[in-house]
Amino acid sequence: MDELMSDVMEPVMGEEGCLPGCMTGKGCLIYVVIVVIVGFLASKLPVVMPEISIPAEPVFTLPALGFAVTNTLLATWLTMLLLIVGSILVTRNMGMVPGGLQNLVEWGLGVLLKLAESVAGERGRKFFPLVATIFIFLLVSNWTGLLPGFASVGTIHEAHRGGHQVAQVSLLGVNVNLLQAHEVGEHETGWTVFSFLRSAATDLNTPLALAIISVVVTQVMGVQAQGLRYFNKFISFKDVLGLIVGPLEAVSELAKIISFSFRLFGNIFAGEVLLAVIAFLVPYLVSVPFMGLELFVGLMQAFVFAMLTLVFMSMATMGHGSEGEEH
Amino acid sequence: MAAGDLIEFGKLLGAGLAMGLGAIGPGIGIGLLGAGAMQAIGRNPEATGQIQINMMLGIVFAEAVAIYALVAALIIKFV
Repeated sequence: MDELMSDVMEPVMGEEGCLPGCMTGKGCLIYVVIVVIVGFLASKLPVVMPEISIPAEPVFTLPALGFAVTNTLLATWLTMLLLIVGSILVTRNMGMVPGGLQNLVEWGLGVLLKLAESVAGERGRKFFPLVATIFIFLLVSNWTGLLPGFASVGTIHEAHRGGHQVAQVSLLGVNVNLLQAHEVGEHETGWTVFSFLRSAATDLNTPLALAIISVVVTQVMGVQAQGLRYFNKFISFKDVLGLIVGPLEAVSELAKIISFSFRLFGNIFAGEVLLAVIAFLVPYLVSVPFMGLELFVGLMQAFVFAMLTLVFMSMATMGHGSEGEEH
Repeated sequence: MAAGDLIEFGKLLGAGLAMGLGAIGPGIGIGLLGAGAMQAIGRNPEATGQIQINMMLGIVFAEAVAIYALVAALIIKFV
C-alpha cells in the first residue's frame, strides 16, 4: 500500500488516546495541538488508493535455500517474538502471591480455562494448551496487524498492473520515496509498495496451517479417547444409514479445514481492505470507529477459531454415545 | 468497446453481484439469530452471558457465508 497510511493513522490514533487526558483539560489541549500539527503536515502528502494484493509480497529471499520470506511470515515471526519475550518477562519473577503483570496474565488464563472447562467438561484441561495457544497467537497477530507501519511502509517495486508515480521527498532529513496520487498511463512504469509487515492472517497460508493443525489434532484426540471405535463415525456397515452418513462425516472433516481457514482469512483481509479504503476516502477521524470494529473483529475471530477447535475436539472425544453403549 | 473494457465491466459487475447476493442469506440469518437471542434474554435475563456467547458463535457461522462471498468478490476484482 503506501507510506501515507501510517502518517494518516497516527494523528487519528492520537485523538483516541486523548480521552483519559481530556479530564485535565490541559493535557487535552496538548493532544489537540499535536493532532492538528501532525494532521496539517500529513495533509501535504498525497493520498493514494492502495494496491490490494491477495498473495503476500516477498521481502527478501534466503540465499542458501531460495526460500522467499514474505511480509506475512515476518509478521508471524514478530508475533512469536512478542509472545516469547512476553512470557519470559511474565514468568521471570514468579511468586505465590502474583503481582502486576503476572496477576493480569493469571487472570486472563483463568478466564480462558474456566470457559474451556465449561464447554468441554473435565477434558477441557487437556485441550486447553492448544486452544489457548491458538487464541493468544491469533489475538496478538490480529491486533499487531492494526498498528501503524503494517501494510504501509516498505520497499518500492514495479507494479505489474497500474501502479503509481514515485516522488522523492525529504522527511526529517531522510530521503523517502512516496507514491503519488494519480495512476500512471498505459505505457509508463507504475510503482507499488511491498510492505515489510502485513498482518499474518491476511495470507491464506497462516489460517490454513492453523486449520490443518486443529483438524488433525481433533482426529488424534478422538482416537486417543475412543480408540479405533472413533472410525465407526466414518465407516459403518451396521445399517444403510451408516453407509450413507459415513462418507458425509468424512467430507465434513475436510470442509472444516476450508471453513476454518476462509473464515479467518476473509475477516482479517476484508478488515485490512476496509481500513485502507476508508483512509483513502476520508483521511481523518472516520477511520477511528473502523479501527474499533477491527479490534473487535480480531478478538472475535481469535475467539471463534479457538472455541470451534474446542467444541469439535470435545465432540470427537465424546463419540456417538448411543452407538457405543448399545453394543 | 475494447475487449479489455468488456472484461473489466464483467469483473466489476460480477464482484458487485457476488457480494450483494451473497449478503442476503447471512443478513437474514443474523437477523433471526439476533431476534432469537433478544427474546431469550427477555424471558430469562439471568442467562444473558451464556446466550450472548452462543449468539456470537451462531452469528460468526452465518457471517462466514458472507465472508466467502466477499473473498470470491475480492478474487474476481483483484486477481
